[in-house]
Amino acid sequence: MNRFNLRVEGETRLVGTRRFAARPGLVYRAHVEPALLQRWLLGPEGWTMPVCISEPVPGGAIRFEWSDGRGGGFHLTGHYVLLEPFSRIVHVERMHLPDPTPDNHVETRFEPDGHGTLLTLTMTLPDAATRQAMIDSSMETGMEASYARLQGTI
Amino acid sequence: MQLDMAFAALADPTRRALLARLALGEATVMELAQPFAVTQPAISRHLKVLEGAGLIERRVEGTKRPCRLSPAGLAPLEAWMEQLRRSMTANYDRLDGVLAEMTQAKKDDMP
Repeated sequence: MNRFNLRVEGETRLVGTRRFAARPGLVYRAHVEPALLQRWLLGPEGWTMPVCISEPVPGGAIRFEWSDGRGGGFHLTGHYVLLEPFSRIVHVERMHLPDPTPDNHVETRFEPDGHGTLLTLTMTLPDAATRQAMIDSSMETGMEASYARLQGTI
Repeated sequence: MQLDMAFAALADPTRRALLARLALGEATVMELAQPFAVTQPAISRHLKVLEGAGLIERRVEGTKRPCRLSPAGLAPLEAWMEQLRRSMTANYDRLDGVLAEMTQAKKDDMP
């Protein structure tokens, strides 16, 4: 069973891991190609990503816009810092809810794991206060409630 | 808000182990220190951090001060992480499907 595991590491880091049955090359592509991102990076069921900009070069833009199909939605902006095909991506992102959340520095690693891939996602916030602000703002948006509601309908 | 302290408290493996032990029920410092290769004062310092973060509570019983998990302690942090966990689990489950199709398409391309 390929479970997503998420844990706290140090004062400002969250580390997530997940195994995939496909090779690192494919998992990497699914993380940078817009047509592929739009098929899976959606959060709860019922949401879509009508706008997906991903320019996988250092400094390249990232912009994801999500919609719940009922007039609700939010977006994320950021940029790529470095890309090492097909093993590592570093990017910076922030959510707009509509106020921007603090910058979240994300490193995504793709390591061969048998015939598949071990993905390790490390999210680093500038400091503990920033992480606090992020937690507070995400709790305030009511996303929790809508996720819980949607979860119940799946 | 004690979330920052809760994060710091959880960052240490000994403190996570202490919380895991306390999840089984109330315990004294001596009971808590027993499985660890560290001194009781060291355990007491860890417990102080956990108490400061609102993760555990202590009561007085004669000369002992048994500890137990604080019911409200982990709620906000856990709720936030659970939200993230849920949405990313849904994403990655979908990604499994996308990858399966990509793998199949690659095979179909081969002569």
